[in-house]
Amino acid sequence: MNARGEEKCRRVGLSKRKRNKNLSEKATCSGHGEDSPYFAGWEEYRRNPYDPLHNPSGIIQMGLAENRLSSGVVEEWLSNHPEALMISNRDLLKDLALYQDYHGMPAFRTALANFMGALGRNKVKFEAERIVNTAGTTAANEVLMFCLADPGDVFLVPSPYYPGFDRDLRWRTGVEIVPIHCYSSNNFQITKSAVKSAYKDSQNRNKNVRGILITNPCNPLGTTSSAKTLKMLLDFTQKKKIHLVCDEIYSGSVFSSPQFHSIAEIVTRESSTPDNVHIVYGLSKDLGLPGFRVGAIYSYNNTVVTAARRMSSFCMISSQTQYLLSCMLSDSDFVECYIAENKKRLEERHKLLVSGFAKAGIKHLNGNAGLFCWVNMSHLLTSNDLEGELKLWKSILYETKLNISPGSSFNCMEPGWFRVCFAESNITTMEVALQRLQRFAEKYKAMY
Amino acid sequence: MKKSIYIGLIRGLENGRVECLSFELVLLLLMTMRMNICEEKCISVGLNKSNITTSVSKRATCNTHGEESPFFVGWDDYRKNPYDRKLNPNGVIQMGLAENRLSFDLLEGWLRKHPEALMASEQNLFKELALYQDYHGLEAFRKAMASFMETLRGNRVKFEAERIVNTAGATAANELLMFCLADPGDVFLVPTPYYAGFDRDLRWRTGVEIMPIHCYSSNNFEITKSAVVSAYKEAQNRKKNVKGILITNPCNPLGTTSSAKILKMLLDFSREMKIHLVCDEIYSGSVFCSPRFYSIAEIVVRENYSPDNVHIVYSLSKDLGLPGFRVGAIYSYNDTVVTAARRMSSFCMVSSQTQHLLATMLSDSGFVNYYIAENQKRLQERYKVLVSGLDMAGIRHLEGNAGLFCWVNMSHLLPSNDLDGELKLWKRILYEARLNISPGSSFKCMEPGWFRVCFADMNISTMEVALQRFQDFARVNPCTNLS
Repeated sequence: MNARGEEKCRRVGLSKRKRNKNLSEKATCSGHGEDSPYFAGWEEYRRNPYDPLHNPSGIIQMGLAENRLSSGVVEEWLSNHPEALMISNRDLLKDLALYQDYHGMPAFRTALANFMGALGRNKVKFEAERIVNTAGTTAANEVLMFCLADPGDVFLVPSPYYPGFDRDLRWRTGVEIVPIHCYSSNNFQITKSAVKSAYKDSQNRNKNVRGILITNPCNPLGTTSSAKTLKMLLDFTQKKKIHLVCDEIYSGSVFSSPQFHSIAEIVTRESSTPDNVHIVYGLSKDLGLPGFRVGAIYSYNNTVVTAARRMSSFCMISSQTQYLLSCMLSDSDFVECYIAENKKRLEERHKLLVSGFAKAGIKHLNGNAGLFCWVNMSHLLTSNDLEGELKLWKSILYETKLNISPGSSFNCMEPGWFRVCFAESNITTMEVALQRLQRFAEKYKAMY
Repeated sequence: MKKSIYIGLIRGLENGRVECLSFELVLLLLMTMRMNICEEKCISVGLNKSNITTSVSKRATCNTHGEESPFFVGWDDYRKNPYDRKLNPNGVIQMGLAENRLSFDLLEGWLRKHPEALMASEQNLFKELALYQDYHGLEAFRKAMASFMETLRGNRVKFEAERIVNTAGATAANELLMFCLADPGDVFLVPTPYYAGFDRDLRWRTGVEIMPIHCYSSNNFEITKSAVVSAYKEAQNRKKNVKGILITNPCNPLGTTSSAKILKMLLDFSREMKIHLVCDEIYSGSVFCSPRFYSIAEIVVRENYSPDNVHIVYSLSKDLGLPGFRVGAIYSYNDTVVTAARRMSSFCMVSSQTQHLLATMLSDSGFVNYYIAENQKRLQERYKVLVSGLDMAGIRHLEGNAGLFCWVNMSHLLPSNDLDGELKLWKRILYEARLNISPGSSFKCMEPGWFRVCFADMNISTMEVALQRFQDFARVNPCTNLS
């Protein structure tokens, strides 16, 4: 089987092994998506991780969208508020230990709703009653698919998109993704014609489109959607009577202009409440707490809130963690201080990264949000295709010892784009990484 | 032609291709065609009485979530009118929730002495945990869980930490196993009576079907080979693909443990038929008197091979009384299942903050041994109070040795020996005696009149009030002799 055939099989979920008929199709297909370079790079990093003292020629991780820049702010709050952790008081322990209500703790939902409002500069008020807790945004996106679409139905997703969506939206739900192709010619913005084209393409294939899902701020682009684009999407989905899911998990990681617009702001301007809009949020990125598994669905549709809440029985947040975060996020001074400080640190680190790119002669998409930068290394490709991109990725991984993520893992249509994360390492490591990149680019220049 | 237009319109509505029509206009169109309109059908495809709303999935609108069952309705009534000794002495006493509230003081005592388990003293630890999102789970936590599970089985078996997959509760574990072992439309055989939540957990999003293995009071509801064979054949006759058997041991709602002989029978049968055997052992730490608990893991150890069709579900919700912390686990002897389940656990991971707490607690073998013994002692004491109170009310029960509940027989109080009679009796107990107990029909019990009564979720004085109410109810409601 050639590479194209393999790719085809991978897309339809077949693996090379003969299917083990005693297990489910889901257990044995490759719908988990881990065969992508996105994850392969992580594996290589795990085998040979950089350490300035013990392994200075190891691989530097720049493929994981984690925010480690502001954990000090959180740690400081914790040291001043040990009561958020100390649950050994009998009544408190009992309350928390027994709290298995899928509505989630009211104090937590209220605190989260207020936090989401604060991230949007309080232009919108979020109702705690519409929040459904889930163990992370991975769970939130999947629960929404279970609620909004049936197996075989389609969700349109602008490309490039987060590789995890192939698993999260499709694996166990049976929902299909059809991409809305976006291009560098207009900075990868979502256009109405691209949306219509994707919608028509699905119809031509007799597929039932149930909605559009976007990430705003966008992963991997590191940009925010304009109010105009959001309005266009809202109007389109309402006209077609399909859903609009906005994954806003980086809404607290917007560090420069243009300002962030949540779909909630656009909704507020409308005269009626749209029952087709749903927001996904979580604390993994903005607060740097992926281990705590804190996600949420915010839906304007009552049926969806009810159904999603029931489904959240399968992915509830630990009450111990809900308690910690309700204490933290109810502290409005902390929230204000954290948002501002986090923004400042992200901006500084982003500037350092892009100035390093400039020195290496590497262009990037002007970004204002997220934990990563979308860079254009097409000038370094030996061939302007998928094969060329994967060759380049491998040489950056194995020779330059940098794990960055190739655009093809994000379903990008144009070869040569890569996502480079900047918020997970300290500044010294970042400087080492940039020097390596500069040397690689010089070497390439000398060769060609 | 009118019929085809009607069918086309309904199909179009179902798949969302008929747009921009209001409900009223649709009705008008259909009425002009002089067809009978099924309003319910319109609602089922996502129409409401105002404008057509954006339709949601079948899974979102079906009732496989099971919340219309009396099992859950009773809880609602309790929530609206809960008993409180001082503030609401006439309120409903909750005896329908299998929670263990008897041993919190032990946990609290341990936590006071071990603030490090709460990250209270180490800041580096906080950062490490906050970033830990590996679905393998903290190694220390998996090791501690494995060790705890071994201790609960008297160290008669060894569990490998590498085979443990963490999930946010046993609810998630059971569903995840179904996703791994069966395809939509496949069947799992489950002995009745069974935990009401299985209808949702095993079926709702997975599309897997449950077919019952009927068990009866004539042999104390034990699972017999003929019942298993009969259920298997029934599935085959209906052209269903049986993928496995799922049992709870100790059993909910029976409050009994399966004998080694029965476990061996199930293991042999599932091997012969090349199907899976899932054993939900979430009450394995709540066995308070003889006969002793046998885990499927012990039966496996006696066999001379490693069965790739055996999977155990565990959780800390019952034995440690920590349902709010969402700590469940799958233990599988099948490598492919461990790998697939682990990947799928991305959708239901345990908070690392909680993993750390429990890794610390369950690694303290002194505490663990003390807790297990003391918890079992308290469960036994409470169980004895309950059954002696039931005896005084003339209410018989199945001899139990485990769990947080008792399976009682109130068929002598039924107005009619059928489902209707059972529900009538249940309502009277709920509204007159103001006791929320769960009717056997919610557990798919084939014989009317059995109820599950939980005993570990209240203090002793509330228990005494509840027993008094049972006795008063029994006194004013003569035996109908219909059983």
